[in-house]
Amino acid sequence: MTKMSGAQALIEALKREKVEVIFGIIGGATLPIYDVLRDSGIRHILCRHEQCAAHAADGYARASGRVGVCMATSGPGATNLVTGIATAYMDSSPIIALTGQANRFSANTTYMIGKDAFQEADIIGITTPITKYNFQVKEASEIPKAVKLAFYIATTGRPRPVLIDLPKDIQVETAQMEFNNDVKIRGYKPTTKPHPIQVKRAVELLLMAERPVIFAGGGVLLSNAAPELLALANFLMAPVAISLMGKGCFPENHPLSLGVVGMHGSPTANKLILEADVLLAVGVRFSDRTVGTLDEFCPDAKIIHIDIDSAEIGKNVDVDIPIVADAKRTLETINQQLIQRLKKQRSSLWFDRVQKYKNQLQSLAESSSSGGYINPQKLLVELRKILPEDTIVTTEVGQNQMWAALHFKALKPRTFLSSDGLGTMGFGFPAALGAKVACPGRLVVDIAGDGSFIMTSQDLACSVMEKIPVIVIVLNNSMLGMVAQWQRFFYNRKYCAVELGNSPDFVKLAEAYGAQGFRVSSLNEFSKAVRKAMKSDITTVIDVPISPEENVFPMIPPGKGLKDMITE
Amino acid sequence: MMKKQTHIMAAIVENKPGVLYNVSNMFRCRGFNIESISVGPMEPKDLARMTITVIGDEKTIEQMIKQLNKLIDVIKVSKLDPDNIVIREMALIKVHTSNARTRSDIINYANIFRARVVDVSQESLIVEVTGDSEKINAFINLVKPFGVKETARTGITALSRGVKSIRIEG
Ligand SMILES: Cc1ncc(C[n+]2csc(CCOP(=O)(O)OP(=O)(O)O)c2C)c(N)n1
Repeated sequence: MTKMSGAQALIEALKREKVEVIFGIIGGATLPIYDVLRDSGIRHILCRHEQCAAHAADGYARASGRVGVCMATSGPGATNLVTGIATAYMDSSPIIALTGQANRFSANTTYMIGKDAFQEADIIGITTPITKYNFQVKEASEIPKAVKLAFYIATTGRPRPVLIDLPKDIQVETAQMEFNNDVKIRGYKPTTKPHPIQVKRAVELLLMAERPVIFAGGGVLLSNAAPELLALANFLMAPVAISLMGKGCFPENHPLSLGVVGMHGSPTANKLILEADVLLAVGVRFSDRTVGTLDEFCPDAKIIHIDIDSAEIGKNVDVDIPIVADAKRTLETINQQLIQRLKKQRSSLWFDRVQKYKNQLQSLAESSSSGGYINPQKLLVELRKILPEDTIVTTEVGQNQMWAALHFKALKPRTFLSSDGLGTMGFGFPAALGAKVACPGRLVVDIAGDGSFIMTSQDLACSVMEKIPVIVIVLNNSMLGMVAQWQRFFYNRKYCAVELGNSPDFVKLAEAYGAQGFRVSSLNEFSKAVRKAMKSDITTVIDVPISPEENVFPMIPPGKGLKDMITE
Repeated sequence: MMKKQTHIMAAIVENKPGVLYNVSNMFRCRGFNIESISVGPMEPKDLARMTITVIGDEKTIEQMIKQLNKLIDVIKVSKLDPDNIVIREMALIKVHTSNARTRSDIINYANIFRARVVDVSQESLIVEVTGDSEKINAFINLVKPFGVKETARTGITALSRGVKSIRIEG
C-alpha cells in the first residue's frame, strides 16, 4: 500500500503494464494526469486531433501486438476519439482509451456528473456499443485495479478497445493504493483451448477433403498463428484465401496463396473458394463484403469455423464444425494430429487445378491501361519490389485500399494495416505514425487516396514535430474515387459530390508542415521518389496524379454473390 | 424460415449501475426486440437477476444468448425450459367504478382470479393480479367494459421447477 494521487496511481499502473507511449491531446480535465506524465518516462505524443490519437494507438497495436494507449480530455476530446475507437472495435484491435471527465463534486460537495457541467459528455453511454468494456472510476483507490482490468480485458479473448473515464477530482484525490496482479472477473472467462472432440472431427473432415480451402482472417494475426497456418496449408496442400483483415497472415507470394476474397477480392480467391468441398475458416467473421450473398457462399462445402468469439460462430454462416478457441492453439493441435495421420502423399489434382487457375486469372487483374496516367495497379506491384518485406503498409479507404489489397502482396504478419470493418477514411496516416512509433527501425508507408488523406493530414505536424518519419503515397485521382466508381456503375455516371478538384497541392501541403513533398508523373520518377523517401528522416508525401476514371476490378455488385464477379 | 416462439431467458448479472443499459443497448444495437425485462437484486446482494422475454427463432435466440454472455458484467445466461418453469407476472389495474354495483362486480371477478383489491376510492379500485401473462390479459379484458384507467405490469419473472438452479461459482 502506498499513498498517492489518482493521477500518480494511473501512471504507475500504466508503467506496470509496460506502457511506453501514449498518444493524446491534453485538456482541462486531464491536467493532473499530464502533470505526473511529464516526468514519468512514458513518452507522450501530441497528436493534432484526438481521432488521430486513437488511430495511432490502433496502428501501434496492430503493428506490434501490444496495447495502444490514447488519451483525451472530457467532452469534445472524448467524443473526438469515438471514430478511432469504433474503428479499432470493428477490427478487433486492443487499445485503451483514457478520458478525463468533469469533476464528480463541486466545491460545495454537490454531485456534479449528470448536471451538464462544462465539457461533460456521457462518454460511457456513447462508447458502450464500440468498446469491449468501459467504466467510470468512482474512487481514486480503484484506479490500480481499473487499469489492470482494462488491460486484461482488452488483450485476452477477442482483443478490443476498453475505455476508462476519469473524473478530474479523482485524479487529484489521494488514497492508499494497492497494486495487485491478479484479476478475477466472474462474467469473463475466454475459452482458448479447443474441444478435443471438435478437433478430431475437423481432422477427419480435412483428411477426407478432395478440394480443401483454408479461409484465414485477422484472428490468425491476433493469435500469432501464421507459422501454424503455413504448416497446415503445406501439409494439406490446401490453397489459402484470406479476408482483408487476414492480409499478412499467409505470404501472398506462396504457390498456395489465393489472395483476398470479397467484393473486390482476387479472381482466383473468389472463384476457387466456391469450389471447396471443405472450408476451414479460421479467425474470420464472414462479413457481408467478404462473402457476398450468404446462401450462394460455398454451396458444396462442409465448413469448419475456428474463432475465439463464440458469438461469431453461426452469426452469418451456418457451420458444420464449430471450434471456439484460440486460433494458434487449435491449428497446433490440428497439425499434430494431421502429421500422425497423413501417411501417403496427397493427390496433386487439386493443387494443379489451383495453379492453372492462378495463372489464368492473374493476368486478368494486371491487364489494365490508364490512358497516359500512371496505372495504380502497376505502381503497387512496383512498390512491392522496392520495399523490404518487413515494411509496414497502411491504407486509407476507397480505391486506394482495394488496389493495395489486390496488388500489394503482404508477406509477413502485421505488415498490412487497414480499416476494413468500419472503413474509416483518414485511418491510414495516423495508423502509420502509430506503427512507426511501435517499430522505429522499420519503414512505414501509407497508401492513400486524396480524399482520405485530407481527413487527417493535420497530423503531418505531429509527424514532423515528434520526428516520426513515414511515407505517404497519395494516389490522387482528384475524386472520392470509390464513390465515383459506384456512381459510374450504378447511377449512370451522374457524378454528385465526388469531385475534389486540385486542392490542396499536396507537395506544398507537406512543405507547409516541414515535411517533404514530391510529385511524380511516371513509374520511374515514382521509384526514385520512394527510394529518396526511404533514406529520409522526415516524413515524405508523394503525390501521384492518376486518372479520375480508374476503376477497381474485379468487383461484385452489391447484393450479388461471389460468382457474379465483374472483371472489366 | 425457422419458427418464431416466445423464449424466456434468465441472466445473472453484476448488480451495479449501467448493467441494465449495457444489456438493453446490446439488444437494440443488434436489432433484437425485448418483449419484457424484469430485474431485481438476488442473493448475494452484489448480483442481480434479469428475466428477459423475447420472441424469435432458435438461431436468433442462440445469437442473443451468445451476445449476452459476451458482456463482461453478465455472469451467466440460461434459456429456461418452457415445459418446466414457473412464470409469474404481477399487474396493478385501476378500474373505474361508477356505482356500488360495479364495485361489487369487480370484487367478485377479482376473487375468481385470486386477485386482491388493494385500494378503494369513490370512483375507482386498484386490483392486484398475479399469474402468467394470459391470466392477467384475461382479467384486464374482463374489466375493460367498466373502464380501465391505468395499469402497471411488472413484466415476466420466472424460475425453473424442481432442483435445477442457476449456480454461480466463486
Ligand atoms: C470517414 C468516412 N467518410 C466517408 C466515407 C465514404 N467513402 C468511402 S470511400 C470514399 C472515397 C475515398 O476517396 P479517396 O480517399 O480519395 O480514395 P479513392 O477511392 O479515390 O482511392 C468515401 C467518401 C468513408 N468510408 N469514411
